[in-house]
Amino acid sequence: MDKKKRRLISRTIILLLLGAALVFALYTNFTKDKNDSLGKGSDAPNFVLTDMKGNEHKLSDYKGKGVFLNFWGTYCKPCEYEMPYMEHQYQNYKDQGVEVLAVNVGESDYAVDNFITKHDLTFPVMIDQGREVENAYRVDILPVTFLIDKEGKVIDIITGALTEESIQKHMERIKP
Amino acid sequence: MAEISGNFLYAAFILYLIATFLFGGSIKDKRGAEEKKQNKWAKFAISVTILGFAAQIGYFITRWIAAGHAPVSNLFEFTTFFGMMLVGAFILIYFLYITPALGLFALPIALLIIAYASMFPREISPLIPALQSDWLHIHVTTAAAGQSILAISFVAAIIYLVKSVEQTQASKRTFWLEVIMFTLVCTIGFVIITSSFAAMDYKANFDWVDKKGVADKQEFNLPALVGPHEGKLIEPDRFEPLVSMPALINAKKLNTVIWSTGAGLVLYGLIRLITRRRVAALIKPIVKNVNLSLLDEISYRSVLIGFPIFTLGALVFAMIWAQVAWTRFWGWDPKEVWALITWLFYAAFLHLRMSKGWQGEKSAWLAVIGFAIMIFNLIFVNLVIAGLHSYA
Amino acid sequence: MKEVKCDCGHVNPFGTKICGKCGMDLGSEQENKLIDMRYEGSARRSQTYRKTVIDKIWNFFSSVKVGVTLIVIALVASAIGTILPQEMYIPSTVTPAEHYESEYGWFGKVYYELGFHNLYSSWWYLLIIGMLGISLLVASIDRFFPLYRSLKKQGVIRHDGFMKRQRIYGVTKLDEQDIDLDKVKTELKRQRYHIREEKGHILAEKNRFSRWGPYVNHIGLIIFLIGALLRSVPGMYIDKVVWLREGERKEIPGTNGEYYLKNNEFTLEVYDKGNKEDQQYTAAIDKTGTIAKTYQSDVTLYERKGEAIPGEKVGLEKVKDYKIKVNEPLKHDHYALYQVDYKLDELSTMSFNLINKKTNEKFGGVKIDLNDPKKNYQLNKGYSVDLISYFPDFEFDEKGEPRTISKIPNNPAFIFKMHTPDKPEGEVSFVAIKETAEPLGENTYKMAFNGVETQDVTALTVRKDLTLWILFTGGIIFMVGVVQGSYWNHRRIWIKRKQDEIVMAGHTNKNWHGIKRDIKKAIESTSLSEPKDQLEEEKSSTKGEALNG
Repeated sequence: MDKKKRRLISRTIILLLLGAALVFALYTNFTKDKNDSLGKGSDAPNFVLTDMKGNEHKLSDYKGKGVFLNFWGTYCKPCEYEMPYMEHQYQNYKDQGVEVLAVNVGESDYAVDNFITKHDLTFPVMIDQGREVENAYRVDILPVTFLIDKEGKVIDIITGALTEESIQKHMERIKP
Repeated sequence: MAEISGNFLYAAFILYLIATFLFGGSIKDKRGAEEKKQNKWAKFAISVTILGFAAQIGYFITRWIAAGHAPVSNLFEFTTFFGMMLVGAFILIYFLYITPALGLFALPIALLIIAYASMFPREISPLIPALQSDWLHIHVTTAAAGQSILAISFVAAIIYLVKSVEQTQASKRTFWLEVIMFTLVCTIGFVIITSSFAAMDYKANFDWVDKKGVADKQEFNLPALVGPHEGKLIEPDRFEPLVSMPALINAKKLNTVIWSTGAGLVLYGLIRLITRRRVAALIKPIVKNVNLSLLDEISYRSVLIGFPIFTLGALVFAMIWAQVAWTRFWGWDPKEVWALITWLFYAAFLHLRMSKGWQGEKSAWLAVIGFAIMIFNLIFVNLVIAGLHSYA
Repeated sequence: MKEVKCDCGHVNPFGTKICGKCGMDLGSEQENKLIDMRYEGSARRSQTYRKTVIDKIWNFFSSVKVGVTLIVIALVASAIGTILPQEMYIPSTVTPAEHYESEYGWFGKVYYELGFHNLYSSWWYLLIIGMLGISLLVASIDRFFPLYRSLKKQGVIRHDGFMKRQRIYGVTKLDEQDIDLDKVKTELKRQRYHIREEKGHILAEKNRFSRWGPYVNHIGLIIFLIGALLRSVPGMYIDKVVWLREGERKEIPGTNGEYYLKNNEFTLEVYDKGNKEDQQYTAAIDKTGTIAKTYQSDVTLYERKGEAIPGEKVGLEKVKDYKIKVNEPLKHDHYALYQVDYKLDELSTMSFNLINKKTNEKFGGVKIDLNDPKKNYQLNKGYSVDLISYFPDFEFDEKGEPRTISKIPNNPAFIFKMHTPDKPEGEVSFVAIKETAEPLGENTYKMAFNGVETQDVTALTVRKDLTLWILFTGGIIFMVGVVQGSYWNHRRIWIKRKQDEIVMAGHTNKNWHGIKRDIKKAIESTSLSEPKDQLEEEKSSTKGEALNG
């Protein structure tokens, strides 16, 4: 009788382990695409970049403030689409503790300057010349926006163009 | 050097052909009936086989010297090598079991394979960067060795089936056995047709439009029964195609298939008409003296010997090389997948045999399917499903 | 569920078919002439207890029938996946849905709808492979232990019925003569058999270890599958691509900024029949055209000194120079960099001269760095050019306005404003490859094209795979197991001495030819009669009909 019980227990344990491995395999397969990007709730990787006006911006200096971190390129239509809305909402929220940082994915000063002039952007725009920040944030598709709260945590990642309404909603979420 | 190499291959082909007839003689001789006792015919036959094998090794070495790399880098070279390894595997199994009947079937199949190989472009081709590695020799030779030993299992299975399948009345078993025979006849048909038109130097050029709408040229070496998409014959005196294919289908390859099948049908039909018997029934008397359980064992033993070598060459070495050359050890390339399918199939074969007691005829049918999978991988996957392995 | 006590006194677990010690048949069926020796007739656990759900699941996975069925399903599924190219091999310019339908018609559409375009990472394919893995382990556990125990406990003296029902069996009548078994023993020893003797009876056994081969190779396969599973654990596996222009230095993605790589030069070499060492390929080159010989990136690897956050200026230390070729990746610190792609002659600069359209008189030239253009270029005194707009990868959008579709200078276009002493306000000119336009009216001056400079770009795959050694270990263990089980076989010969006869029986798990040869050799110098293969006798009595067909 005892022997039988022991056998049942060992069988149960082995099957549970194998079942868990199988579930793990299926689960990771489903979340494979997300695995490669930065997870929600993780610490936003720190970086330092100089904007077009020559001011240095270090992410860790913005602790206590919400950061609306946007990656973009001049050739990317949806990026261009959301820029005016970002500018508009920046005006509303800059005094409420939300900072907008727009990181260009390594284009020329010429292209970025032209773009700023064209859209009258006042928030800090910086060029990630060495693609290092892009690598750290594992940027794949443009535009992508990282919502960073006052603790320096990434609370959400949004790919694709944003409407003015959704930008406002997101700013609300990271407002300290 | 390339010329010497070609002569060696030619000599090997002739020697194999002679050895086949000698093996035939050894079977006829009553003293050859009992296994393990070689008669003079058999001794002579195996000597000629070994001589032929040596000649083919001569071909291999001289071509290696001429090319500067192991001659296993295109379809002609690989298939020839496969034929050579098949003879090598036969010699190995022959000395384990001393069975002349095996030679009578193994050598013709090796001959067919070598003849088939020589229908492909034979010029010495340079190695593209992905192939420039010692793993080319290691991976390809081991994989071919494994496959050829597995092929011996097919040879033994064919003899088994020819002997054991009852020919007095038609059944599913006689039907499928005839399918195998027909396939072999088609291969002969392909060789005859291709080499005859090659001897006549037949060329028909077409202007055609591919599936992207781009105009292109294509050369047919057989009269085009089916022509390419929107094809226009350039030479006026050539055979005008009966139908034009859609752009998706490679008309040239389909045309070759139609010709081979047609030639096979004619050949097969002639045999049936003249003899009024099934091909398998025709060759059945040749094998009347062979011992079934010995053949069954040879078939099983060949799988046992071949399976580890195949695993090593076609999967383990392949993965190591793929990791080095293509950055990943496994990429679900069709050729890789079909190697995996072959491996899975023989794994199932072994399990069925060991645990389910599938012996004798069941096991023989499985050995036939296994060989069909390997040939499919060699021919179909290379020619039709293009992937990283399609060099030809 | 009682244990079974055999006549010889040995107590066998419930479900045993043949007594573990003496070999007496404990089952009731005696239909077959030959005994079923699989797993030594021991009580396979799954067959014995089948009460709870756990037991039922266990039994399911333990069955060879289920295992083989899973193999066949995996085989067929894998084959289906090769009918059309998988998603990873199709061009990424169109969506898969469009691609399959446009290339392969309705069949492609169905193939795509069924999810076969991504078959090998579909949940059901993984499920089959996973179940196969479970079956491997459960079936092995279920069989190994009883087999191990019964082979360990096996007795020398076997029941008469056991002997008689072995495939190889023979009786030698003694008729007054006595036969010295010592000669047989010596010969068997010489053939590396282990001899056990009890009361004059003999058990000769060799290569028992080959019976463990299947279990060893199953363990190897399980380790391999575990390795494949671990790949999805974060940090175990990295797969990135980095494009580097000649002269460019970048952080290697996936290394957390630890390593930087500079592309010094990219070379594409082709086979050249004019070259002496390539002469033997003349025929092939004539037929195929260009055949690539080498793709090579000469690179320098740098390591970051100290800590730095992304974007900060970092101190770099040179690690090494290397020539990356296909088949010769650069390996360093678990990372490997592979040559995977390239782009020849990407435009890097473009030069123009400012000229008077009528007189063709030159007023100086500009050289524009296409990756870092300037706003204004000064020419001869009094002449200058403003770059109003620049489109590195130019096309007209739906509204007919010029735009760029990427930042790579594939098809650069410019809008210049030319300032000259006679036109100080400037003239506007649109300049693209093979096309110029003067949108604001006829100009006096133009920017005349004056050459380009190009550079090659190399693409390298960055790979880190910490699971490789696990996969490799699994592979080696599998190979050891499969060789152990295939190239050796477990042979046993029983010799039972009775009053007036000597009974011999033999068993092997494979290669009967071999054991027969062994026996023949062992009794050669004695008057023992050679045991017969009972299966063969049976066959010849049924005139060559298949036994199991």
